Parts: sequence; C-alpha cells; structure tokens
Amino acid sequence: MDIIKQPWPWYVAGPLIGLIVPALLILGNKTFGISSTLRQICAACIPANISFFKYDWKKDTWNLFFIAGIVIGGFIAAHLLSNPGPVGINPKTIVALQQQGIKDFSGLLPQDIFSFKALTTLKGFVFMVIGGLLVGFGTRYAGGCTSGHAIMGISSLQWPSLVATCCFMIGGFVMTWLILPYLLQL
Amino acid sequence: MKNLKFLLVGICFGIILIKSEVISWFRIQEMFRLQSFHMYGIIGSAIVVAMIAIVLIKRFNIKTIYQEPIVIPDKKFNWGYVYGGLIFGLGWALTGACPGPLFAQIGSGILVTTVTLLSALAGTWVYGLLREKLPH
Repeated sequence: MDIIKQPWPWYVAGPLIGLIVPALLILGNKTFGISSTLRQICAACIPANISFFKYDWKKDTWNLFFIAGIVIGGFIAAHLLSNPGPVGINPKTIVALQQQGIKDFSGLLPQDIFSFKALTTLKGFVFMVIGGLLVGFGTRYAGGCTSGHAIMGISSLQWPSLVATCCFMIGGFVMTWLILPYLLQL
Repeated sequence: MKNLKFLLVGICFGIILIKSEVISWFRIQEMFRLQSFHMYGIIGSAIVVAMIAIVLIKRFNIKTIYQEPIVIPDKKFNWGYVYGGLIFGLGWALTGACPGPLFAQIGSGILVTTVTLLSALAGTWVYGLLREKLPH
C-alpha cells in the first residue's frame, strides 16, 4: 500500500499510460485522445449552427464516459490513495520560479496563480482564462493534444503527429523561456 | 452499458495522471526548463509501450472483443498541425495542463481548474467559428 500511496515514478506511470492505447483499441476500436471531447461538448451544448459542430457527436459517447472516468479517477487518487502534497521537483526549478515570484509550492499548482482569489487578478486571468483559450483553440486547430498526437499518433507511426508534437514542445519552450518571466511579474 | 468499460479505463487513466504528478504545473515547468527527466520519461515510455502493443496487434491480427478487425485511421497532414500545435504549446506551459489533466485536476478537488476547462471549451468553440478562415 505504501508503494501505491507514494508518487509513481515515470517508469511505472508511462508504460501504464501506454497500455491505455491497446486497451481502447481492443475494447472497441477507439483511438486514444482527449481534446475531441471538447469539440463534442461544444457540439452538444453550444452548436450555434456552426458547421464544425454539426456532426453526429452521439456516436462518440464513449469518449464522454472516458473523461467522466478521468474525473472520478482524479477524485479516487486524491482522496483514497493519499494526498500528493508538495511535488518533488528539481530544487533548481524551485529556485528559478522563486526568483520569478512564485511563493507557494505546497500543492500540485501554485496557489499564487491558480485559485479563485487569483482569478480576480490580471495574472490569474492570463494564466487560467487566456491559457485555457490557447489550449482549447490550439488543440482543435492541431487536431489533437498530447494524448491524441504525442502518444496515440507517434506510437502508430503517423508522421503528422510527430510534427504536431514537435510544435507543442516549441510552443512550450517559447512560453517558458521568453514570455513566462514577464507574465509572472504581472 | 456498453460504454461503462470506457468509464473504467478513464478511472485508471485519471488515477495514473494524479499519482505520476503529470497534472502538476510544476512538473510541466520542470520539463520545459529541461531540469527533469520525469515528463520525458512518462511520455517516451508511454509511446514505446503503445508502439509495441500496436505492432503485436498487427502482427497477430488481434481483434476487438466484438471480433472486429482493429483499424487505426491515418492522419493527413495540414498546416493546422503546426500553427495549432504552437498555440497549444504556449497554453500548455501557461496552464500546466493539457485536456486530459484538466479533468483529473477537477476530480482531485482543484475546482478552480473548471475556469481553465470552460476557457478551453470557449477556445474550441472559437476555432469552430473561425475554421473556414484559418490557414490549414
């Protein structure tokens, strides 16, 4: 039980995530990918006569069960399989982030930026609202996210997914190194 | 009822995302600062294991539990993969989350992530609205 309660190392978590790909294929020819559920929810709730949202989203209901499962899994892991608490990141990262103004390292996300209180500040708005917009717009424009392109796409040897994944990384490096230092000063 | 098995797979995925701390903003920062192997190890080993599984499925002609042949649709390149990919990357480093982890964060009790998720839905919606006008 102690092993389950500790944070899992990459060589345990990574292969387990990899096994989700064949599991979904064998359980019903489903390809792993999360961002398509965002399109589905839009199609179901706010289609607004936009052609992109006029499709038979009910055919992919399995996907909605899958994300409901992720929410439940998150609940189970956080409440029954012990609280992760402070994340054991590299001390160098902590020092660098402290220099850029982050004070709180107690949870999974820094409370200075991600909290209901921070939402009323410009910083919180930029990180949560603008960040969310970029994630939603970008994944759909790119036709997939980390699960659909990086894991499902590359493992099934789709070269366009490799291109998309490289662009994910480039975007992330640009944000972290060139833009984030300014945004953290807001 | 047919869909309940996907709920179970989702539960497993959600647990792994939390237990491996993939959903932590700090882990994503560490990755983009090249100060840890953790995220690269997770994504890399997931790809290798999935790749081996797909090779085995093809090699032994493994079928679904309904005895249907397994088909993986091909992805056709368009420039949206590049433009969208770069935009997603910016958002990934900012929010510290991709779509899967957003759901796991909410489940784990970080309720403020609901705001990020609603924004992501709005972003997807705006893409749908502008799609015809965007270069692909």
